[in-house]
Amino acid sequence: MLGLSKKDAGLLAIVAFLCIFAPFLLNPFPEGSAMAQFNAGYPDLMQRLVIFGIFAIGFNILFGLTGYLSFGHAAFLGVGSYAAIWMMKLLTMNVVPAIFVSVLVAGLFSLLVGWISLRRSGIYFSILTLAFAQMSYALAYSVLTPITGGETGLQPKYTDPRILDGALPAGQSPRANLFGLDMKATTELRLGDWVFTFNAGYYIAAATMLLAFYLSIRIFRSPLGMMLRAVKSNQQRMNYTGLNSKPYTLAAFVISGMYAGLAGGLLVAMDTQVGAERMFWTASGEVVLMTILGGAGTLIGPVLGAGFIKYMENIVSKINETVLEQWFAFLPDGLSDAMVAIVYPFVGKGWHLTLGLLFMMVVIFLPGGLVEGGQRIGRLFRSKKSEPETPDGKTTPAE
Amino acid sequence: MSFSNLTRRGLIKTGAVAGAGLALPTYLSAAAHSGFTNAPQGDTVTLGFNVPQSGPYADEGADELRAFELAVEHLNGMGDGGMLQTFSSKALDGTGIMGKKVQFVTGDTQTKSDAARASAKSMIEKDGAVMISGGSSSGVAVAVQALCQEAGVIFMAGLTHSNDTTGKDKRANGFRHFFNSYMSGAALAPVLAKAYGADRKAYHLTADYNWGYTTEEAVRSSTEALGWETVNAVKTPLTQTDFSAYIAPVLQSGADVLVLNHYGGNMVNSLTNAVQFGLRDKMVNGKQFEIVVPLYSELMARGAGANIKGILGSQNWDWKLEDQLGARYSGTNAFVQSFGTKYGFPPSQAAHTCYVQTLLYADAVTRAGSFNPCAVVEALQGFEFDGMGNGPTLYRADDHQCFKDVVVVKGKENPENEFDLVEIVEVTPADQVTYAPDHQQFAGGSLGTCNPGA
Repeated sequence: MLGLSKKDAGLLAIVAFLCIFAPFLLNPFPEGSAMAQFNAGYPDLMQRLVIFGIFAIGFNILFGLTGYLSFGHAAFLGVGSYAAIWMMKLLTMNVVPAIFVSVLVAGLFSLLVGWISLRRSGIYFSILTLAFAQMSYALAYSVLTPITGGETGLQPKYTDPRILDGALPAGQSPRANLFGLDMKATTELRLGDWVFTFNAGYYIAAATMLLAFYLSIRIFRSPLGMMLRAVKSNQQRMNYTGLNSKPYTLAAFVISGMYAGLAGGLLVAMDTQVGAERMFWTASGEVVLMTILGGAGTLIGPVLGAGFIKYMENIVSKINETVLEQWFAFLPDGLSDAMVAIVYPFVGKGWHLTLGLLFMMVVIFLPGGLVEGGQRIGRLFRSKKSEPETPDGKTTPAE
Repeated sequence: MSFSNLTRRGLIKTGAVAGAGLALPTYLSAAAHSGFTNAPQGDTVTLGFNVPQSGPYADEGADELRAFELAVEHLNGMGDGGMLQTFSSKALDGTGIMGKKVQFVTGDTQTKSDAARASAKSMIEKDGAVMISGGSSSGVAVAVQALCQEAGVIFMAGLTHSNDTTGKDKRANGFRHFFNSYMSGAALAPVLAKAYGADRKAYHLTADYNWGYTTEEAVRSSTEALGWETVNAVKTPLTQTDFSAYIAPVLQSGADVLVLNHYGGNMVNSLTNAVQFGLRDKMVNGKQFEIVVPLYSELMARGAGANIKGILGSQNWDWKLEDQLGARYSGTNAFVQSFGTKYGFPPSQAAHTCYVQTLLYADAVTRAGSFNPCAVVEALQGFEFDGMGNGPTLYRADDHQCFKDVVVVKGKENPENEFDLVEIVEVTPADQVTYAPDHQQFAGGSLGTCNPGA
């Protein structure tokens, strides 16, 4: 179907299933129960999960296939975001032109950065991209304040021109929409104690992610994808055979830059504001973590990694001392205090610590990322007679 | 390879089923509409406290969180009641807000507007928070304020000093108790002129972002109005840690005052560099060289150590106000006492503003008789109150900014302990720091109208 092998189509179907039923899957605990803390099925987080999924998928096209480790991908995300917000300020609050222009602008910017950075490979390439990203960040933060809003960032205001939209009714704040469908439009489904939230913005972002995922499968399976893998396994040999690898790596770089721009545009479409720290080097580092944590070079790995990190950031960071005290309230006084004291450094503001520990464990014990973990578990349950299948590039990490 | 036969009929069927599936939830969700976002259900109400728990302002964030916890305690009738005893409005009685017990959720802004918005959104969408408060930088405050306007909840700004928060980026659903750059300038200038004379040449070092710009502009225009001359103003990158290269040219410029428009770690480093360069021992133009820091805080004073001695700056509030300046600043001691009893040290101005904002919100809800943001906005607009530590205060309706006295402080020469680092020089009365709502430093924004969401 759709030019995919049965296996890839199955993978796409799984991702589609996860996307469509995310409001149910992420909200497994009834409202008001102690476990409700771990529910992640609210619009903002669901949107972030799929948007950063797109970002990581794009990054994986560059890193997973060619092995070029870009340490400045957040710059493209940021540039896309700024482009999108300016479309919303000048043209219309409709998200379509915003997203389209964000992809375009990020593509052009990545062409420039890639053209320069790809003259070097390995660590030098990483440093060049990092330098570009930090430059963009510094420019956006101060020098370009008239365009970027500096530290304060940009938000649409109802005083903006917006030449395609009619004047807003008095007192209404401008809302991002898709041909009139408000991104914030939400309906709730109550089943007993469970509350499931369906959000228009989320489904639009999820549909975009499916499209991006499909495109990435096609790229992985295309001759271009093969060429990119060749770059990764031995670029020198490739050059000796008379192939110029630069156009291929540049193509991969621009494609992944456009993915980042798409993610940036979607971020603005879902939450209409941009701040310069979106381009900070830690944001670039985050997408590297996502990809490695999920499994670099696999199709679904980056999506899992992105989901995992965003979940940690938004859920674990919100567990504070009061919440812990409630959890351990059933224990005798001294013991409950001790438990709170032990667990507290790892949650709330300590979520970075937990993430760091998990990342170390994944890298040490599961070099292939979460995908490898999944495969190992899968192998445990599979009947012993069938030998593990040969690596096919789909679920196994590329070297 | 293909595993399904896509036919026209099949497609239509699938489409119809999918459409029906998507339409179903809309059908089922008739309930739970009460006119505004997150109307409190049951006998509790949830507030969201969004503070930096990591990053450069984590110390301020931690102190803000302590103040929030204390405020919630007092609202729920636990502890000694703090400022509830001195607050001029007596609507709050220690039974929560309108009989609903106050609960709170916390989040980490990381001092990044993206992270702050994500955290605030999860409070609104997941935890059902009806008010968001906190924040320790203007960028974050502006971003979260805009979010609250869109979502239809109230935003009670924490520590944010830039003019923009209640200037060009003001919003109807947002309120600021903390003072701003303009007020710092207006309060400092007369004191500076008195202490250092009216014919000074100033050299500005300004942190290269919005807050720095507005502070520089405010201090410049106020001091120039009193006869000072601005020799030069240089922008320094926010991430700068060594300011030697910026300090060296100061002496050559012929300036005799250095104004450091820096905050937090920036200020600690630049001040330390300036003092190490011996600026303060120099005589220029026949006058003693002086250094000024427009926005002061105890946490910064602690960081700068002995270098802070004798340096002038402004503060929103200080924990010694009532002791030193009498009952006009009542509420200060009540707050310092309950904060000190609970945590063992006096509160910072960040803690004070967050505590006050929480009580003001609760009081406004009670007086309005509703959690509806529009009712709360109406109750807070033009609200005059006293007994919150700053003397008589007005929440101006035009821009949702509080107008109150500004404290001018100086680094203490002989601090008695680590919390007693600043001494109060003067208190500039509120009418001297009041400006027209359309003052040019605040121009370009509009409140719009309140948004109740839903």
